[in-house]
This record gives sequence, structure tokens and C-alpha cells, in this order.
Amino acid sequence: MNNDSKPFALDIRGLFKRFGSPAVDGLDLRVRSGEFYALVGPNGAGKTTTLRMVAGLLAPDAGSIAIAGIDALADPVAAKQVMAWISDEPMIYDKLSPLEYLQFVAGLWRVDATAAEARSRELLDWLGLAPHAHERCEGFSKGMRQKVALAGALVHEPTVIILDEPLTGLDAGSARQVKSVLRERARAGGTIVMTTHILEVAERMADRIGIIANGRLIAEGTLEELRGQAGKNDFTLEDTFLALVGKEAVAA
Amino acid sequence: MSAPATFPWFARHEFRLAWRDWLSMMTAGKSGRLRVAALALASFVVFMHFIAFLALRNVADMGLNPDKTTLVVITGCALLAWSLMVSQAMESVTRAFYTRSDLDLILSSPIAARKVFSVRIVTMALGTVLMAALLAGPFIHVLAIRLGARWLAAYGVVISMGAAAAALAVALTVALFRAIGPKRTRLAAQIVAAVIGAAFVIGLQVAAILSQGTLSRFAFLQSETLVALAPDVTSLAWWPARAMLGDWQALAAVVAASSMLLGAAIFFFSARFGEHAIAAAGVANARVRQTRSAAFSNASPKRALRRKEWMLLRRDPWLVSQTLMQILYLLPPALMLWRGYGDGSGVYAVLVPVLVMAAGQLAGGLAWLAISGEDAPDLVATAPVPASFLVRAKVEGVLGAVGVVFAPLLAALALIAPFQALAAAAGMAIAVVAATLIQLWFRSQAKRSQFRRRHTSSRVATFAEAFSSIAWAATAALAASESLLAVAPALVGIGVLIVARAMSPRKG
Repeated sequence: MNNDSKPFALDIRGLFKRFGSPAVDGLDLRVRSGEFYALVGPNGAGKTTTLRMVAGLLAPDAGSIAIAGIDALADPVAAKQVMAWISDEPMIYDKLSPLEYLQFVAGLWRVDATAAEARSRELLDWLGLAPHAHERCEGFSKGMRQKVALAGALVHEPTVIILDEPLTGLDAGSARQVKSVLRERARAGGTIVMTTHILEVAERMADRIGIIANGRLIAEGTLEELRGQAGKNDFTLEDTFLALVGKEAVAA
Repeated sequence: MSAPATFPWFARHEFRLAWRDWLSMMTAGKSGRLRVAALALASFVVFMHFIAFLALRNVADMGLNPDKTTLVVITGCALLAWSLMVSQAMESVTRAFYTRSDLDLILSSPIAARKVFSVRIVTMALGTVLMAALLAGPFIHVLAIRLGARWLAAYGVVISMGAAAAALAVALTVALFRAIGPKRTRLAAQIVAAVIGAAFVIGLQVAAILSQGTLSRFAFLQSETLVALAPDVTSLAWWPARAMLGDWQALAAVVAASSMLLGAAIFFFSARFGEHAIAAAGVANARVRQTRSAAFSNASPKRALRRKEWMLLRRDPWLVSQTLMQILYLLPPALMLWRGYGDGSGVYAVLVPVLVMAAGQLAGGLAWLAISGEDAPDLVATAPVPASFLVRAKVEGVLGAVGVVFAPLLAALALIAPFQALAAAAGMAIAVVAATLIQLWFRSQAKRSQFRRRHTSSRVATFAEAFSSIAWAATAALAASESLLAVAPALVGIGVLIVARAMSPRKG
């Protein structure tokens, strides 16, 4: 099956959210199953607001969101069943150990206990957290907490993973581990939608990149396609990004 | 303008911080509420003057040489207030050790820690004095108006008590640090503070129950047995009481002694504060291993959420101490229950409001933890379960915890006074549900560690919770006495809930 014939894992149409002024302004965004999609944009562009609406953490003022074909606004419970959300500030329970945290998440997603146990141990091992599986998270570094949160997102085997700046504040080793987990997940058929301000990460990891500014998608495509839209084929993503965002700022 | 890094410069900095912290607490961080907060404070002061006037309307002039009973009562009341001041000061000291907001900056600066912490100890003493003065002031004013200006000397005693309380709090906390280390001190200091605050009140009540068969502290303070046991009227022990009555010589001695105590605490302990603060900072990085981890196996979402609430609470001794410390106040009624067992008298009606009030307050705290104090709100909100289901699971967790705490007392009461037990059970159930509903209507996301400051997020919720508990306690007490007047406080309780719901940001 070629990529264009795959169904949409995320289908956003005419999404609108206003906090005084519009934060997301009629956004249309489609991501196909198995795709690794990076959403980039300047501060305050509406990236996090968009993803929080997708995750069901914020109600849109208008528009529609479908996740794996499920209308997330009409049936949020079914949509959440196939999705995982990770924010830039990993919020985990200090008084639980990573293993307990994963078992708790598995309970919330109604994962069978035996499968959850095996999957939890496999994830902790994979992320290098096995030696800390029984330690409370309260003494963990930010990198370790982010890895626990990532394991929590994967324990119920979601088909769509939404990540908001997952690499912020991570050291090189932890960042590499997180990137490798995400790439592996995409290879296995999962859909990843991620915001990042590290353009190099978007350039190296994403199949397609969307540039958002003033709450609208101003450009989208592979790096080559974006370069074409910026009008310079020898541009880096950073140059391309600045050129496209600059154009939008002039237009606004 | 004082020169940087000098004692006055730090003092100015500390007072500015303390003032802004207090303002933020009064206005819940909303600048527009300053006028409302000032009005509320002024109303509180006027109300307290009214209460003081009612309480002291029949008080007779005691002169400068009162009898022993008067000295015992005044000293007893002063000790009661002082135990609360020591408790408040200990909490301030613990906060100074464990709240790291500016400690990193201060301790990494090229300034002697002694200087900074000397100012901090003085600020704590001032905070304690101001709070005590706010509460005692109206009573002092009424006494000064009714019995003469010499009663204003009581302000000097309040200041002295604050200074002595801060000195003792610093010494106790530092001693705890040295004895049990930084990790255990946070919890131990909170418990010691709460026990000191409650011990004198509870101690007097226990003594009153054992000797007089009543919950009244004043009956015990005025009892012939206690007065006979107290030292002679010429004893130094009565100097604080004499100072309050306007004896200037006694006042000078009391002020001098307390100033020396505070000075000694600053001299001996301010340098150690820095070391202890660094040690306390290291506690956050300590790792704790869990031996069991099967709590969530085969758990449904609802069960997982309930177990999670219980487990987080159980594993946080600080939170447990904060929420369950109110249970200490159940000790006197429990003792009364035990003393009167099989007596068959109507004395149990007195216990009913205490139980209802305590259950309401405990439920309010637990409900805040379960509903607002969710440390991973995004995770729970993105779980594939309806929002109403999440709320129900959390509320069940609260009800279960309150049930476990109060069931034994209720069962004991049911054996000897079934009707009173029924009234108490009904009152408790309503008070718990009301407190939980108020927390639901006023929920706002916060970290569990902010538990102590939960009252600042919504003044309306705080007052609604308190008034609701009082109203249902009164309803249950009157119902237990088989009085039809129980309808009146019940209507007030319902009214409080209606008003709270109307004023809440969430109507669900």
C-alpha cells in the first residue's frame, strides 16, 4: 500500500480556538496511518493548543477532529482508547514506582493484567529503566521522568501518539533513546504527531513537516517540498522555516 | 535606601516578600480582589470586636493584684494561645528549610548565611506576633475600653509570646534536624507542630473530662483542685499574667526575657540554618524502593483510580499527617465516650456535632487531594473513560477513607446511644457529601504538595466548606437532642450549598 492510499490517523478540519484572539484559526491537518509528522512553528503559533484539542484536553470552538476514523468530539472515550498524549512537562506520580505507574496506566486503558505486566517490563528494559523499576519516581531526573511518561504512553499500544515537545530539557543520551523509541514505533505502523522547536529533529525524523503560524498551517510536506515552497532548493530546514514564517509575518 | 547585603537591606527584602505572600494569600493571587480582601479583613476585625464584647460583657475589674483563680485562668488562656503560636512558628521554620524557592540563590551568593537567616528568624517571629495580635487585639481593646488603658500592656505580652514562640520553634526544629536528620524532620516537625498546637487544648479538655465530666476547659481552669495545686500568687510563673493586667515591672521583665530568648536563638542557630537548608534540599533527590508493586494488577479503571488515590495518600506521611491531624481533636470526645460507657445519660448529644464537624473537614481535605490535587491531570484526562466516571471513582475514594476513620467511633456510639449515633451518621454523611460537592464545584488543578495552600485558591469554597460543616453539625446536634429546631440549621446548610453552587465556576 503506498502512503497516499493509507487511511487518515488524524484528520483535523476547520479547527478553531480563541483565547481572546484566535489561537488556532481554521486549521486543516491530515496525517496518514504510519506517518511520522512534525509540527513546527514559532512560539505562540498554536501548536500546543492544537495538540491539546486533539488529546481531548481542550474543547475547540469550532471544527472537527477524527482519530483513526473516530469522531473525537462525538465519542471522546473511543478516540482516547487508541491514542496517547505526552506533554513537555512529564506529569507522573512521585509516590509510585515506574512499574506501578505503568500498571496504573494499563488499568485506565483496560489492558489485560498479564499482558500489561509483560509489556511494562519490556518497555522499562527498552528504555533503560529496569534497574529503577521499583524505585519511587520522586527522585528521578527530568530525562527519567520523560522516559517513564513515554513508557506509559506505549504500554496500551496506541495507534496514534501525540507528543508536545518531547525532547525539551533532555540530555543527548535520553534524547537519542526517546527518538529511537519513536522511530521504532513509527516503523511498527504507529502514527506519531509531534511538535518540536528543534528543527534538526524534525528534519531527521519526520516523514512530513507542517509549519504553523498564527494558528494556521502555512506550509506542509517533506523537506524537499518545503524548500520548493520557500523557493530555494539549497536551504536547510531552518532557512526554509524562517523564510516561510517571515512571509507569513509580512502577509499578516 | 539601605546598602545592599546589609541586615536592613535583607530585612526590607524579607518583609516585602512576606507582605506580597500575605497579599497573594488574601487575594488568591488576583490583583482586582485587593479591595474585597481589605473589606473582608475590616469586617473580620469588626466581627471579632463584637465577639470580644459579647464574651467580656460581664468581666469584672481584676485590679493589679488578682486572686489565684484569676491568675490561673489568665495564664491558662495565655498558654493555650502560646501553644498555637509555637505551632505556627514551627510550621514557618519548616517552610524556611524545605521551600526552595530562593534558597539556591541565597546559598550560592557570597553573603554570610547567618545574616540572611537571622533576618528570616525575625520575620517568622513578626509573622507569629501579627497573627496573634490580629486575633487578640479585639479582646485587648474591649478590656482597655471597659477596664482601663492599662490593659493595652497585653500587646507587650503578645509580642513577647510571639518572640518566645519563634525562639522555641527554631530550637525545636534544629534539634529535630540534628536528632533524626533532614529526611524525617519535615514530617516530624509538622506532627510536632500540630501536636503542640492541639496538645494544650486537648490536654485541658481531657483533664476537664476526667475531673469534671465536661468538655469545658474553663470549668477545669477554675476548679478548686487545680487552683490548690498552682504556685503561690507571689510566684514568677504569674508574671506574664500580671504583665497583661498592666503591671509595668512584670511587663518589662517578660519583654526582656523573651527578647533574650529570641536573640539567643538567632545567635546560636542562624548559622546552622544554611547547613540544614542544604541538607533538606538533598532529601528531594533521595530514592525510595518499593517492595510490592501488584496493587494495580487486574484493576478496572475505577478500581485503579481508587487504589491510586489511597496509595498516594498512604505513601505521603506528610499529607497523612496534614489530613488526619484533625482526628486528634476527636480524642476528647472519644475519651468522654469511654468514660460514660454504660452511663446511659444524654451526654452523647455533645459528641454528635464534634463527629459531624470533623468528618466534614476531613472530607474537604481528602476531596481536594483527589479532585484538584491530581499530579498527572493530562494522563487521567486522556484515559478512555468518561469524565463523570473519573469523578465518581475519586469521590468513592474520599467516602471510603472517611468511613474507615469514623466507623469505629460511630459503632461505639451506636452501642450506647443508637438514636444519637443515627443522627451523627446522617449528619456526617450529609456533611461529607456537601464538602465533596463544594470541592467538585470549585476544583482547580494544583499539585498535591500545595495542599496547605488550597484555601487560597477560592475563599468562597473555603468559607462554604466551613459554614456547611458547622450547619450540618448543628443540625445533627439538635436532631440528636430530638429538637425540631434542627430544621433551621439544616435550611442554612442547604442555603450554603445553593449559594456555593451559584457562585462556583463549575455547575456540574
